[in-house]
Amino acid sequence: MSALAHIGAGQGAPAGPDTAKRGSWMPYLLLLPGMLWLIVFFVVPLVQLFTVSLQSKFPGYPGYYYRDLNFKNYWSALTEFAPHFGRSLLFAGLATFFAFCLAYPLAYAMAFKAGRWRGLMMICIIAPFFTSFILRTIAWRQILADEGPVAKTLNFLHVLPGGHITETWMAVVAGLTYNFLPFMVLPIYASLERADPRIIEAGGDLYANGFTTFRTVTLPMSMPGVLAGTLLTFIPAAGDYVNAELLGSDRSTKMVGNVIESQFFKVPGGYPTAAALSFTLMALILALVFVYVRKFGTEELL
Amino acid sequence: MAGFREATGDLRIENVTKEFGDFTAVDDLTLSVPRGSFFALLGPSGCGKTTTLRMVAGLEQPTRGRILIGDTDLTGSRPYERPVNTVFQSYALFPHLTVRDNVAFGPKRRGQKDATRMADEALELVQLPHLAARKPAQLSGGQQQRVAVARALVNRPEVLLLDEPLGALDLKLRRQMQVELKRIQTEVGLTFIHVTHDQEEAMTMADTVAVMNHGRIEQMGPPAQMYDLPKTAFVANFVGQSNLGHGRITGRDGDFFVADVHGSTVKIPAARSAVDSGDILFGVRPEKVHLARDSHDVIDRTRKVALGDDMKATVVDVSFIGVATQYLVQVASGATWSVYEQNLDVDPIDLKPGDPVWIEWDPAHAFAVAAEGAEIPAGPVLGDPVDMPRDTVS
Amino acid sequence: MSAATQGTAYRPSTGRRIQAWFANRFALIVAVFVLLYLFVPVAYTFVFSFNNYRKSNITWNPEGSPTLKHWQNPCGAPGVCDSLVKSLEIGAIATLAATVLGTLLAFALVRYKFVGRGTGNLLTFIPMATPEIVLGASLLTIFVQGFSNVGLRLGFWTIVIAHIMFCISFVVVTVKARLQSLDPRLEEAAQDLYAGPGSTFWKVTFPLVLPGIVGAAMLAFSLSFDDFIITNFVSGSETTFPKFVYVSYLRGIPAQANVIGFSMFVIAVLLVVLGQVIGNARKPK
Repeated sequence: MSALAHIGAGQGAPAGPDTAKRGSWMPYLLLLPGMLWLIVFFVVPLVQLFTVSLQSKFPGYPGYYYRDLNFKNYWSALTEFAPHFGRSLLFAGLATFFAFCLAYPLAYAMAFKAGRWRGLMMICIIAPFFTSFILRTIAWRQILADEGPVAKTLNFLHVLPGGHITETWMAVVAGLTYNFLPFMVLPIYASLERADPRIIEAGGDLYANGFTTFRTVTLPMSMPGVLAGTLLTFIPAAGDYVNAELLGSDRSTKMVGNVIESQFFKVPGGYPTAAALSFTLMALILALVFVYVRKFGTEELL
Repeated sequence: MAGFREATGDLRIENVTKEFGDFTAVDDLTLSVPRGSFFALLGPSGCGKTTTLRMVAGLEQPTRGRILIGDTDLTGSRPYERPVNTVFQSYALFPHLTVRDNVAFGPKRRGQKDATRMADEALELVQLPHLAARKPAQLSGGQQQRVAVARALVNRPEVLLLDEPLGALDLKLRRQMQVELKRIQTEVGLTFIHVTHDQEEAMTMADTVAVMNHGRIEQMGPPAQMYDLPKTAFVANFVGQSNLGHGRITGRDGDFFVADVHGSTVKIPAARSAVDSGDILFGVRPEKVHLARDSHDVIDRTRKVALGDDMKATVVDVSFIGVATQYLVQVASGATWSVYEQNLDVDPIDLKPGDPVWIEWDPAHAFAVAAEGAEIPAGPVLGDPVDMPRDTVS
Repeated sequence: MSAATQGTAYRPSTGRRIQAWFANRFALIVAVFVLLYLFVPVAYTFVFSFNNYRKSNITWNPEGSPTLKHWQNPCGAPGVCDSLVKSLEIGAIATLAATVLGTLLAFALVRYKFVGRGTGNLLTFIPMATPEIVLGASLLTIFVQGFSNVGLRLGFWTIVIAHIMFCISFVVVTVKARLQSLDPRLEEAAQDLYAGPGSTFWKVTFPLVLPGIVGAAMLAFSLSFDDFIITNFVSGSETTFPKFVYVSYLRGIPAQANVIGFSMFVIAVLLVVLGQVIGNARKPK
């Protein structure tokens, strides 16, 4: 009813009069433990990562570094591993696209067509998570292997260039798509479910064509979910190295994650390079996220 | 319950102002509601009626002023410290509790040992004892509404606040619940304060109606009195409809003011005029106006009705609404008037747009309100001239 | 004017009707295929848990398969059950801590207006938008170059610390959503019905937010249990179940891992179904 009274009510209402009174210290008390945790184990480590990325190697002592402002680390890391960076972005982009193509019909069917099967479908999407994702990725390696059913069939039909799936970019992208698919489905489903089906019906009423209704009404309404899903798929895919490690080859499909991992664990004195690559990856992705949030106002993420 | 303030007596709101930033929701409001009465706060969206209610409940604190029950000052106390309960607009039933637990919530918080029995009695009062074990989501809108009433009533508050409690119900259920609420109020004898934007609802239920606008009370009184004699242009059109026209008082004739309205000379009982000189808004309720088919008719009638005022007019629109027929007619000045004619006879409607008619009324029914700062709520276009394509009506 | 009396009722051609049937069910058909696709590797894992393999569990050995021997002795392979127990322990501790910390954060961020709220929202959001490898790498650098000075060695507790950190954000998002959808009038109604701040919270707010908190805890547990990348960076010589599988990949994964992986899947499904059945039973008819 009275819109202005509601605005007034809205100011104090969610907090209630009591909380408003104690508002000065109560929120900080609630925030303190969680924020402390995030500062000590998220912010401080990032700062440390940044300082490591600028450290220099101690000549003659592999694995020892000294504090420095060696920005050349970034330059050398990025020039040396540019192909890996490019692959990360390309593979993650492709996986995001394929995941969207698979996820949208699934989310749409769940929201509008599934009826009482909706709960079951939800379980089916989440349940595979509980079989360790490493196990499932390894399973894909066997399924897609040269002697496996997929490669054999495609080779029989002569439609598989090169004759292999595993050890190629196709397997890596397929693995990424598979592993992060639920992150695409769930936000899209959430936004479609929130949409009022009557609006879509009204759309169907105004435009006879089903596809036009979809394009002009349904898709825009699910846009927040699509954007959230895109980010939730792209971000982990870009930083992943397990799929490239298990499904890809040693040479042509390594992503930036593989480089970071091996610089940390296998290459003596690789810390600054790995840190520089990590920091660049994070900066790139955060920039992407903020452009997204700015442009499309994906408030739900925040 | 710690801090609970027992208080009995009339509800008194003294010079209460509520500001939200730059916006003044309630402006220096003073009001007294006698104990045991059914009081309605009527007004359009944003007039401050809900804010007033929330301040009585303790959900908002006034920026200035005091709120008392009897002699106990409740200003500054918390909602749970006041002998006041609210029936919320959306009912606000607790979805995780059964109907019985919802109703027993208040008594339990106050440490009543027989809270469940009290809840069952309250459900009896609203005729829902058979639904006590259900969850609110399993009830219809009307049933939820009754549970909300029971949940508030069970506490026997000194004042019961109803925030548009019937707004979500369909028309038929609304009428039914109006009667029901009135019955309950008579039965329990508590002070009810009912906030609504529906003037019909306010008129049928309340002993006293206060019309609010812009955080102030425009007029307050028994419904019939307010309808008969609106004191402001806003009330004249918010409570029912009125034909209003700009005019000017030109003189006095005994107990009547004489005024010029759009070139016609009319009379207004002096006691029914809110101003005694200068510019006025002259008004007559549509059902107090009669239509005459020709001048003979008028002459006959004017002879019978000694003080009849009349004007020549042209029919613009005829709409049949069952118990009555509403005519929109245009007078010489270009103003449009609304006229209700009760359908007493079975005669077919004999007038059609373009027909010339005479409108007349008993000056005893006329009233006048101040023209300065007059605000006429949106509604059927009545009164002042509007651009009307002449050729289509003449 | 009904079609029957008209005689010339509009009847689409058979081709058009088939087309319409598919158009109407297109999404559903694709959905079923996508769901099957999601289950392919789960089915593979299940089938190969019955494989009587010789050296490594990669090719199906028709001799002696299917066998139940791996199911009868799920801890038969060295280390597999130790890693599972570690994962469950880490998951339990991390879930508990992250749920408590995240719920407090969510309440503060939704229910209060205070200086620093925007920063708080940002800080809880950014870890989710950071690739796991960056989280792992940054934690590794601080653990190795910073916190080792105070005696914190890579191992069980560094994994717990890392898991709590990345789970907090997901808990905050889930609980926040639930809190935001809570009707403020319900709490007003509680206060109006003589509930003070304490009983308003415990009798109304908390029970209504609880499903969100439970959901957040389940999410946190599944994220922690399945995490590999961050764990791999901060675990030192400690082995969790995903790490066990990854490490043993090169020399061949024992079928016991398949048994455990598939069992976790079954247990999770049973728990969810059980939860729904209880939820339905609670609703009186």
